Amino acid sequence: MDIINQGWHWSVSGLGIVFVMYLLIYAGERFGISSSFRVMCSAISGRKAGSYFDYDWKEQAWMFLFIMGAIIGGYIGVSLLADPNPVAISTQTIIDLNAIGVEAPSTGLMPNSIFNFDFLFTLKGFILLVGGGFMIGFGTRWAGGCTSGHAITGLSNLQLPSLVAVVGFFIGGLLTTFFLLPLILSI
Amino acid sequence: MKRKILIFIAGIIFGIVMTKSEAVSWYRIQEMFRFQSFHMYGIIGVAAVLGAIMIFCMKKFKFKNMDGEVVHFAEKPKTYYASIGGGILFGLGWAMTGACPGPLYVLIGNGYFVILVVILSALLGTLTYGRLKSKLPH
Repeated sequence: MDIINQGWHWSVSGLGIVFVMYLLIYAGERFGISSSFRVMCSAISGRKAGSYFDYDWKEQAWMFLFIMGAIIGGYIGVSLLADPNPVAISTQTIIDLNAIGVEAPSTGLMPNSIFNFDFLFTLKGFILLVGGGFMIGFGTRWAGGCTSGHAITGLSNLQLPSLVAVVGFFIGGLLTTFFLLPLILSI
Repeated sequence: MKRKILIFIAGIIFGIVMTKSEAVSWYRIQEMFRFQSFHMYGIIGVAAVLGAIMIFCMKKFKFKNMDGEVVHFAEKPKTYYASIGGGILFGLGWAMTGACPGPLYVLIGNGYFVILVVILSALLGTLTYGRLKSKLPH
């Protein structure tokens, strides 16, 4: 069981993602998760929210099943298949994160000092979690895809707009990592 | 019914794989943006390269889905301003929360319920995009 409970090798993960893509294509759908935001907005508020949401979202209602599965899979991954070891990131990353006030990995996959409701109700927490979430929703829909739709499905299908989007993801990610994150955490 | 089961199973596999390979971890995303490990590049790289081979073969051999229809792969719209503008905005948020849309859902299963607030905020971002769509460059 050790080999299953330890963190999995990146190649296994890459293979697993392609298998998920295969299943979705076989089922007549495609692998792209940020569309789920549009589906939910349409399902909740419909055309009242504007023409962007006035479409037949029920055609994409399969996403709710996929999302339910993803939540259950996430639960299985930390219960039945739980890894007792902390996330094995590089020593240099731990040093760099310590320098901006984030603790080394301990239990779970996330820094426990950030991902909790107490932190959410601080100014830093509000900017990171609410601000970050807003930019994810706005950005992925403007770009027409996220890591799954552009970086994996789009690049797999050799789409130039997807390559441009991935370059954008990295410009934004680097700006946050080296500039905004240290700034926000020092508030 | 078979379709629904397949999609549900695909979701479960996705959740397990993303958790067990730590791809949903904020720490791994930080490590990636600091170029301090190959881990995340390996995951996305293997998925994109194998995916490209798979899609190439599916096109070449006219792969049929479960309904017996030849699968058609849609071109992404050539809206480069949207790709770069939306891409940068998403990248900013990705590095803050350490999660892209798929991992957000997986993390709820991991027990981080505060992520529900991140998702609500993402929905608000999507609504705002819908409102401003006609005023943004695409």
